[in-house]
Amino acid sequence: MISIKNLHASIGDKEILRGINLEVKAGEVHAIMGPNGSGKSTLSSVLAGREDYDVTEGEVTFNGKDLLELSAEDRAREGLFLAFQYPVEIPGVSNINFLRTALNEIRAYHGQEEMPAKDFLALVKDKSKLVELDSKLASRSVNEGFSGGEKKRNEIFQMAMLQPKLAILDETDSGLDIDALRIVATGVNKLKSKENATIVITHYQRLLDYIVPDFVHILYKGRIVKSGGKELALELEAKGYDEIKKEFEIAD
Amino acid sequence: MSLVAENKSAVTQNLLEQLQKNSSKIAFMPDTEIVSAIRILEDKGIPNNKHEDYKYCNIEAVLRKEFKTVEQSFNELTNADIAPLKIEEAINLVVVNGNYNEALSEKMIVKGLTVKSLNELSSSEKGLLSSQAKSDTDALIALNTAFTGNGLFLQVDKNNIIPMPLHVIYVNSGNSSNVTNTRNFVNIQASAEVTLIESFYNIGTAKVFSNFVSEKFVGENAKLTCYTFQNEGALSYSVNTNQVKISKYSNYTNNTFTLSGELVRNNHNVVLADSNCEAHLNGLFISNGTQSVDNHTLIDHQMPHCESNELYKGIAKDKSVGTFNGKIFVRKDAQKTNAYQSSKNILMSDDATINTKPQLEIYADDVKCSHGTSTGKIDTEALFYLKARGIGDESARKLLLQAFAQELIDKIEIPSLQERVLHLFEKAL
Repeated sequence: MISIKNLHASIGDKEILRGINLEVKAGEVHAIMGPNGSGKSTLSSVLAGREDYDVTEGEVTFNGKDLLELSAEDRAREGLFLAFQYPVEIPGVSNINFLRTALNEIRAYHGQEEMPAKDFLALVKDKSKLVELDSKLASRSVNEGFSGGEKKRNEIFQMAMLQPKLAILDETDSGLDIDALRIVATGVNKLKSKENATIVITHYQRLLDYIVPDFVHILYKGRIVKSGGKELALELEAKGYDEIKKEFEIAD
Repeated sequence: MSLVAENKSAVTQNLLEQLQKNSSKIAFMPDTEIVSAIRILEDKGIPNNKHEDYKYCNIEAVLRKEFKTVEQSFNELTNADIAPLKIEEAINLVVVNGNYNEALSEKMIVKGLTVKSLNELSSSEKGLLSSQAKSDTDALIALNTAFTGNGLFLQVDKNNIIPMPLHVIYVNSGNSSNVTNTRNFVNIQASAEVTLIESFYNIGTAKVFSNFVSEKFVGENAKLTCYTFQNEGALSYSVNTNQVKISKYSNYTNNTFTLSGELVRNNHNVVLADSNCEAHLNGLFISNGTQSVDNHTLIDHQMPHCESNELYKGIAKDKSVGTFNGKIFVRKDAQKTNAYQSSKNILMSDDATINTKPQLEIYADDVKCSHGTSTGKIDTEALFYLKARGIGDESARKLLLQAFAQELIDKIEIPSLQERVLHLFEKAL
C-alpha cells in the first residue's frame, strides 16, 4: 500500500523527520505513537502534501506511484485520506456541496462520470448514520459551529463518503469524550477491509482500545525507534514516554 | 497662478468647451441650476487625487488621458440590443445615453406609478430636481446638472405597493469618445413600496465617461429596495452618485454588484433625516486587469432611533484596485443610533491593491456604532483542506471565493437577477 523509506523533512531550517521507514500493507492497521514534538503531525502533513514542509531526503511509494511527486489533490484522488487533527471551518461552503465536488473530482480523475444526485444523497444518508452525524449537519457550512466531537465525526463521515485506500487519522481522539470516541472508532472499524489500510496517529493508548492495531510504532525525535504488536502500546501506557526518552536519547 | 492650477482648470475648461460644442442644446434642468452648476464646476474643477474624497480615483487624469475630445456621437439602439439586458420579472425601462427612451421601454399601466422623462415634469415636480443632489457638494454633480440629459422621473404615489420590480436599463452606445450625464429622480411617497433595479451597460464601440446622478426620496413609512448592477465593460469609466434622503419609519436598501468597468466610482450618500428609519447598503465587486472599483458611502444620521448597516466585500485580481471609504456621521440629535459597517476584501495577486478607510464622526453620546475591515489573501488552511479531499486548486479557490461572496448574492430576491450576478461573478473568478 504505502512504503516510506528514509524520509527526511524540514520546516525552514529545522529538520523534523530524520529518516522514517514504514511499510503498510492492505488490510493492516498501524498505530504511530510518540510524545509531543516527536514529528507525528509532520509525518501526516508531509504524506498528505502540505506545502509548508520540505522533503529533503527519502522516498514514499503509494500503490506503485511516487507519492511525493503528486499534488495534495492527486494524493487524495489516488486514495489517500487525512483525518485532520484540527478540521478547518469553511463558512459559506456547505458540507454537501464540498463533498459532492470532492467525490466528483475524484471520479473524474479515474475517468468515471459524475455520481447522479439521487445516488449521492442516498450515500450521504447511509454514511452519516455510520458516525451518527445529524443529517442537518450535512447541509451546514463545513465544520462551522460544529462541536469538537462533531468535527471529528465529520472527518470520519467524509472518509466514509470518499472510501480511501489509506486513511491517516491524525490525533482523531484529541478533544473527544468517551462516547464520541466510541462512535468515531466504531465508524473507522466498520470502514476497515482487506483492501484498505489505516494509520492511527495518537499520543494516548486510549483510542487503541477501540481501534486495535496490528502494529505499533514509536516515533521519537523524527525517527521510529521501536516497533511491535499491540502490546507495545500497553507497555508505553504503563511506563510512560519518559522510559522511551531515556532509552533512545539521541545526541543532537 | 501655479502650473498645477492651470492644468487643472485646463482639463475642466476643455471638457466644458467640448460638451458645450457637441451636446444637445435643450436644457432639462432649471436654468438657474445650470448656470450655478457651471460656475461651481469651473470653480472646483474636476476632482483629482489631491482631492481627499478622490484620493484613489483620479477623475481628472481619466478625462485628460481618455477624453480629450468628446464627440458625442451615438449609435441608434433597437429592441434586439435591449432584449438580452431585460429582467423577465420586472417592468423594463430604458435610458439611452442619458435620455429616457419610451419606444424601447415596456409600457404597463400600474396603479400609483408615474414614469416620465424630465421634460414632461410639472413645475412642482421640476422643483424636486437638485433638491437632494446639490452641485456645490461635488463637481461631478455640478457637471451632471449642467449637462443632464432627458432623464427619468419615477414616482410611487402615497399608499401604493408596486407588485413587480422596476428595472431601469441605463445603456451607453457611443461610437466615439463620449461623456454621458444621466440623471433621474425617484420619489417614493408616504407608505409606498417598490423594488428598483438599476443596471448599467455600455454597448457602444468607444470609450465612455458615464456620470450618473440619482436623487432618491423615500417618504414617511415608505420602503425602497434597490439593486445596482454594474457591468459596463472595459471601455467604460463611470461615476455613479446616489443622493438619498429617507424619512420617518422608512426603509431604504441598496445592494450594489460591480462585475466590470475599467473605472467604477460609486458615491452612495444617505441622509437619515428623521427618526426611526433604517438604511442598508451592501456591495460586492470583483475586479481584474487594471480595473479600479471605488465605493464611497456617507451615512448621515440626523435624528434619533435610526439604524444603518453596511457590508461591502471585494475580490481584487491581477493589477486591479479596490477602494472602500465609508463615512458615518452621527449628529448631536441622533441619540440611540445603531450604525454598523464592515468591509472585507480578498487580494488575489501581489499586484492588486485594496484601500479601505472607515470614518466615524459621532457627536451624540448614546449610540452604538462599529466598523470593521479586513483584507487578506485566500485562506491557505481552508484551501489545503479542500485539496486534501481531492478538490483541484482551481475549483477549491472558486469554492472559497463563492463562499466569500455568497451572503451578498443571497440578498438578491429576484431570481433572474441573482442568476445573472452569479453567472458573471463565476465567470470573473
